[in-house]
Amino acid sequence: MSDFFRWLSTLNPWLEIIVIVGIFLAVVGLILFFIEIAPRPGRMYTIIRLVACVVGPVLVLFLLQSWIEAMIAAAVLGLLFFFLDKRARDGAGSLFQLVGFLTPAIALLAVGLIVPTIQTTIQAFMNSRGTEFIGFDNFAWIFTQPANVRIIINTIVWVLVAPVVSTIAGLAYAYFIDKSRGERYYKILVFMPMAISFVGASIIWRFMYAVRPAGSNQIGFLNQIIVWFGGQPLNFLAAEPWNTLFLIVVLIWIQTGFAMVILSAAIKGVPTEQLEAAELDGTNAWQKFINVVVPGIRPALIVVLTTISIASLKVFDIVRTMTAGANNTSVLANEMYTQFRSFEAGRSAAFAVILFILVLPIVVYNAVQLKKQREVR
Amino acid sequence: MSAVMPVDLPIDEEGQDELKRGARKADKIQLGSTKRKLSSPWATAAALIIAILWTIPTFGLLVSSFRPRELIQTTGWWTVFENWGWTLDNYATALQSGNSQLNMAGAFVNSFAITIPATVIPISIALLAAYAFAWMDFRGKDTLFILVFALQIVPIQMALIPLLQLFSQGEIFGFPVIEAFGSFGYAQVWIAHTIFALPLTIYLLHNFVSEIPREVIEAARVDGAGHGQIFFRLILPLTMPAIASVAIFQFLWVWNDLLVALIFADGNVAPITKLLAEMTGSRGQDWHLLTAGAFIALVVPLVVFLSLQRFFVRGLLAGSTKG
Repeated sequence: MSDFFRWLSTLNPWLEIIVIVGIFLAVVGLILFFIEIAPRPGRMYTIIRLVACVVGPVLVLFLLQSWIEAMIAAAVLGLLFFFLDKRARDGAGSLFQLVGFLTPAIALLAVGLIVPTIQTTIQAFMNSRGTEFIGFDNFAWIFTQPANVRIIINTIVWVLVAPVVSTIAGLAYAYFIDKSRGERYYKILVFMPMAISFVGASIIWRFMYAVRPAGSNQIGFLNQIIVWFGGQPLNFLAAEPWNTLFLIVVLIWIQTGFAMVILSAAIKGVPTEQLEAAELDGTNAWQKFINVVVPGIRPALIVVLTTISIASLKVFDIVRTMTAGANNTSVLANEMYTQFRSFEAGRSAAFAVILFILVLPIVVYNAVQLKKQREVR
Repeated sequence: MSAVMPVDLPIDEEGQDELKRGARKADKIQLGSTKRKLSSPWATAAALIIAILWTIPTFGLLVSSFRPRELIQTTGWWTVFENWGWTLDNYATALQSGNSQLNMAGAFVNSFAITIPATVIPISIALLAAYAFAWMDFRGKDTLFILVFALQIVPIQMALIPLLQLFSQGEIFGFPVIEAFGSFGYAQVWIAHTIFALPLTIYLLHNFVSEIPREVIEAARVDGAGHGQIFFRLILPLTMPAIASVAIFQFLWVWNDLLVALIFADGNVAPITKLLAEMTGSRGQDWHLLTAGAFIALVVPLVVFLSLQRFFVRGLLAGSTKG
C-alpha cells in the first residue's frame, strides 16, 4: 500500500484525483456485484461466495502489508463466516449481503474512531511519551495551573455566549424579513459567512480589528469607528479579558446565518390559523411573537442551540488563526493541539478527554431521543 | 471543524412537520406568489442594519485585496474614493508566496486534490451503509445505528493522534499491525477525512434513503432484483438530489477544514487553509497578501454555495425533515 501511495504521489495532482476516485468506484462496483449475485442458488454461485469470503479479507490485509499470521486468521474467519452465512435464517447469502454493505463503513469507524477514542482515553493517564502510567497527574496538572483553568473558563464562556447570541440574532432577523420583499436576498447576505472557512473568517475579522498607533490613519474598520467617536484605538486581540468575546464575535458572525435559515423555515411552518386567532384576540406584534411564534418553534430552537453549542465547544480554527491562544484566549481544542505539538501526548490526550466529557451529556441526550423516535416507528 | 454543519440532531415529529411545511412555503415564496412589505418600519430598519453589519467585513476584505500594498497599509478601505488606486498585483504576489515547500497556487491545487476524493469516497461508503440501515433487517440494527449517530458528536480530537500513529508507524496500542503508509501524498488526509465524515453522512443519507416508498422497493424485489440492483438502479438515481446536498456539505467541510490538515497534511501537500493560517501567524501584518490569499481561498466555496444554494438549504434541513 505504501508503495502504491508513493507511486501515486509522483503523479500530477489532477491525475491523482482521477486515479484514486476511479479505483475506489471500481471497488464499490465490485462489492455491489458480489452482493447482487450472493443469494443466487447453484453450485457456481456458492463457489464464488466461498472464494469471496476467504480471499476478500486476506486481500485487504495483504494490501495493507499486515502480518502473515493475521492473513491466515482472516482466511479462517472468512471460512467460518461462509458456513454461518450458508445456514443463515434468511437463506444462504443474506448475511453476505449485509456484511458487504456494512463492512466498509463499520471497519473504518472501528479502526478510525472507536479504537482511537479508547487509545486517547488511556493515553490521558500516561506520561508525555506514553511509556508510564501516572494516574490522574495530567488532570491534576490541568486543574491546578491558573493558565489551564483560564482555558476551561474561556471554553465555558464560548459555549454560553455564542449559541445564545447567534440564535437570538438569527431569530430576530428571520422574523423581521419573514414574507418580505426580497427575503431571498436578505437571507443570502447573512447566510454567506457560512460558506467561508473559519480561517478565512478569522482573516476577515483580524482585518476588522487591525490597529495602528493613535494619530495615524486606522486601517481596521472598528478602530476607525472608535476614532470617529473620539476614542483611543484599541488592540482588540490583546485587550484582556474582553479579547475572548472579540473572538466569539467571529463564530456568531458565521453561525447566525445557520440559525436564521433553520428558524426561518420553522417560523413559516407555524400554522396560519394560530397566528390569525392571535390577531383576532387583539394581540400586538410583540405578544404574538412571544406567545405564539416562539412556543411554536421550540423544537427547532432547541436543535439550533444544541448544534451551535457543540460547534462552540469544539472551536479551534478561529482561536488558532486569530491569536493561537496568546493573551489568554486559548480554548480546550486549541490547547489540545498546542500540547500535541510540544510532544506532551499525555496532556494533549487529557484535554481531549475533558472535551469529550463535556460533549457526553449532549451525545447521551440525543441518542436517547433518537432511540425513542425509532421505537415509535 | 467546518463553519457549516447541517442539522444533525433528532427532532420530534411536531418539529419535523413544522420545518417541512416551512421549507415548502419558502420554496413557494421564492417562486414569487406572496410578497408584501416588511411588517413595520422598525423591522425594516433592524433587518437592514443586521444585513449591513454582516456584509461589511467581507466587503472590506474584497475591496482591500484590489488596492495597492502601500495604500492598504496606510489608509482604510472606506477611504477608497479619496485614495484611489486599484491593482491585481496582490493576487499575483499571493499566489507565488508561501513557505519553502509550497506556494499558494500549489496549495490551491492541493485543496482540490484533497477535497474531491474526500467527498466521493465517504459518500459512497456511507450510502452503502445507509442502505443496509434503511432496507435490511438484522439483529441489533437500532443499537448499531444509534452508535454510529453518537460517534458524530464525539470530538475528532479524541481520534487524531492514535490515527496518526496508525498511519505513520502502523501501530495500534503500540503494537505494529500494518506496514506504515508513510507520509507520501494525500493518502493520510483522504482516509482521515473519510473516517471523520462517515457518521454524519451515514445519518443524513439514511434519512433520505429510508424516505423512498416501500412499494417501490418491493415491486423491484418481486421483479427479481437483488440488493445490488436495487441499490444501483433505484436508490442511486432516486436519492441523487439528496446525495448532491450532502456532497456540497462534505465538499465545504473538507475545503474549509484546518484541524485535520494540520495533523495529516504536511509539507508540500498542505491545503490552502493550512498555508493561510501559517501566513497569518508569520506575516500577520502583510495585509496585501492576506486579503488576496483569503479571497483566493473563499472563492471556491462561495461559488459552490451561490450556484447550489437550493441544495444547500435542503441539506441544512436534512437531518430534521424526514418521514
